[in-house]
Amino acid sequence: MLYLIEQFLNGIQLGMLLFLLAAGLTLIFGIMDLVNLAHGSLYMIGAYFAATFADWTDSFVLGTVLALIATLIVGMALEVIAIRRLYGRDHLHHVLGTFGLLLFFNELVRLIWGPAGMTLSLPSEMLTAVQVLPGLYYPVYRLVIIAVTLAVAALLYLLVMRTRLGMLIRAGASNREMVGALGINIKLLYTLVFGLGAALAGFAGLMQAPILTVQIGMGENILIAAFVVVTIGGIGSIRGAFVAALLVGLVDTIGRAFVPDLLHRYLSEAAASGLGRSLSSMLVYVVMALILVVRPEGLFPAASR
Amino acid sequence: MTNRSHALSRMPQIMGAVSVAALALAGGPALAQNKTVKIGFISTFTGPPAAIGNDMKNSFELGLDHHGRKLGGLPVEVIYEDDQTKPEVGVQKTQKLIESDHVDFVVGYIWSNVLLASLKPLVDSKTMTVVTNAGASQLAGELCSPYVFSTSWNNDQTPAAVGLYMNQKGVKTAFLIGPNYAAGKDMLAGVQSTFKGQIVGQELTRWPDQLDFSAELSKARETKPDAIFAFYPGGAGVQFVTQYAQSGLKGQIPLYTAFTVDDLSLPRLKDLAIGIPGAQEWVADLPNDANKKFVADYKAKYHASPSFYGAQTYDAVGLIDSAVTAVKGNLADKEGMRKEMEKADFKSVRGAFKYGNNHIPIQNFYLQDAVKNADGSYSLHTVATIVKDDQDKFHDKCPMK
Repeated sequence: MLYLIEQFLNGIQLGMLLFLLAAGLTLIFGIMDLVNLAHGSLYMIGAYFAATFADWTDSFVLGTVLALIATLIVGMALEVIAIRRLYGRDHLHHVLGTFGLLLFFNELVRLIWGPAGMTLSLPSEMLTAVQVLPGLYYPVYRLVIIAVTLAVAALLYLLVMRTRLGMLIRAGASNREMVGALGINIKLLYTLVFGLGAALAGFAGLMQAPILTVQIGMGENILIAAFVVVTIGGIGSIRGAFVAALLVGLVDTIGRAFVPDLLHRYLSEAAASGLGRSLSSMLVYVVMALILVVRPEGLFPAASR
Repeated sequence: MTNRSHALSRMPQIMGAVSVAALALAGGPALAQNKTVKIGFISTFTGPPAAIGNDMKNSFELGLDHHGRKLGGLPVEVIYEDDQTKPEVGVQKTQKLIESDHVDFVVGYIWSNVLLASLKPLVDSKTMTVVTNAGASQLAGELCSPYVFSTSWNNDQTPAAVGLYMNQKGVKTAFLIGPNYAAGKDMLAGVQSTFKGQIVGQELTRWPDQLDFSAELSKARETKPDAIFAFYPGGAGVQFVTQYAQSGLKGQIPLYTAFTVDDLSLPRLKDLAIGIPGAQEWVADLPNDANKKFVADYKAKYHASPSFYGAQTYDAVGLIDSAVTAVKGNLADKEGMRKEMEKADFKSVRGAFKYGNNHIPIQNFYLQDAVKNADGSYSLHTVATIVKDDQDKFHDKCPMK
């Protein structure tokens, strides 16, 4: 039972990271209708900034705060310099343009920080496990990730649902032309939204940096999972992204933890381990396909967000 | 009569042809002196494993510097190719080196799966090959080839040495974990070949994209083993060891490793690597002269410590030099080069070793440990010799004698 709870926590923690990445992606996709493959690069940049600033300041917290601000600035600059030219074009152009950016950022990072990758070290008090339930130990830092992401999700909810900027964001997601026609500075709004998305991606990158690592191309694999989350959740919906991220995180972790063992009961050792591993890596996509069959627009489609 | 006069009139022509042939024969070695040794070098130069590829390239270049940029008296031309960690790219680049660059030697290969994909064109074209890392068990066994040599090991040897050490430490139950590709499977089989205790759990994780091992570490904790054995090469090693420390398992269940803590990951792992033993056929502090020179000059030139990947690649330079010297620069004499290379007659940085019938080194494996130095840096040190003159278990399957 404790083992089940522990794997459950692992799933939630993975879901939280995916949410941070997917929230920015879904905002940009939903409001600006932009397919941004370079989102993973901002995730990488956030992690590199955090590792560098933490090194300079000798403080994990200060380093991450500075990195967050720096990623926000990079994101807004990127929008003004490059992304702006892609609006209103075909999605294929977005893919091509942002894929180019992805290669550009990988090479830029290699030039600045070298190919070896970096490490963001945790303060020693976060390097242990705590007892959450009698007999159940869980890494402190992973609990920190869950708590901080929940706080970010709550802030994001307040921002989108309770502020004027949030109202514009929601309006922009529903009907872009009308927002522009009403005299809203849509250019500035887009820059802000892109910057916010970038900061969220950077935040995801720097939060995971102490667990995984800081290296070139680190955002590319997880970006696929983030797109799955956005698709399941319904494009443009932050609430959808949250629910879908938890779902994907849990399905992936539970699949890795239990599917091979489950198959062992019915199949031979060799067949079970081979099939189990393939099945558990496929599971997320199977779930996505099933959800899209029932709800082609995702869990929280545009009309109901 | 007419016939004879005809023959006489052709005499000058025949003489001319003979003298040209004679000149050509005499000039053979002289012409060879103008040739170069063309070497194709395959490693990974993009993505996170580029750190490994660069270390190999640096060591190879340093080796060439130490030989005055000449091997067996011939100037050297190296063509570096990037396999992008992908078998399908590796085989393409290998074919390109053989078919369009016509290289005399192919050197490199980090990944067992990339090597296995590339082996057929190498063997079919009888290209002299020096594998400097990948140790797929098939290469030591049924796929061995007269023209393919290794300066590394067979995959199962290093984990087998770790298994022996685990026996020495009285480990009774173990949980094994590694990535799900050719080398990962070989490594876990390697530990099991020598470890006498019970295996309570075994995990092969998605490779190369799975970097979060929380579910697997939870499983390890659940099975309550005496020890965990892990194989995670390159950047994945940093991730695995970091997450192991964060999970709080470090004080509870000791970790034994193969190819997980190395000189490339150590500067990133720092204190986290201390107290995690591993096995290796080469350690930077091995006390032979060739190694001292290699390590000192590498540090001076590149301001970093070389890894075992680099050491094995540096050895390839010495091996090729011995071969080209033995055939006096006649690179067409592959039999001659093969016979010389089988002697392993060069100054290896791991110390002297012999080749088995399958061209895999028969060598020592050492226990290594991470140490924090007085100046705050970290380095790996030899603690003990686990096995002497170890030969892989697949050499019987190799048809070569």
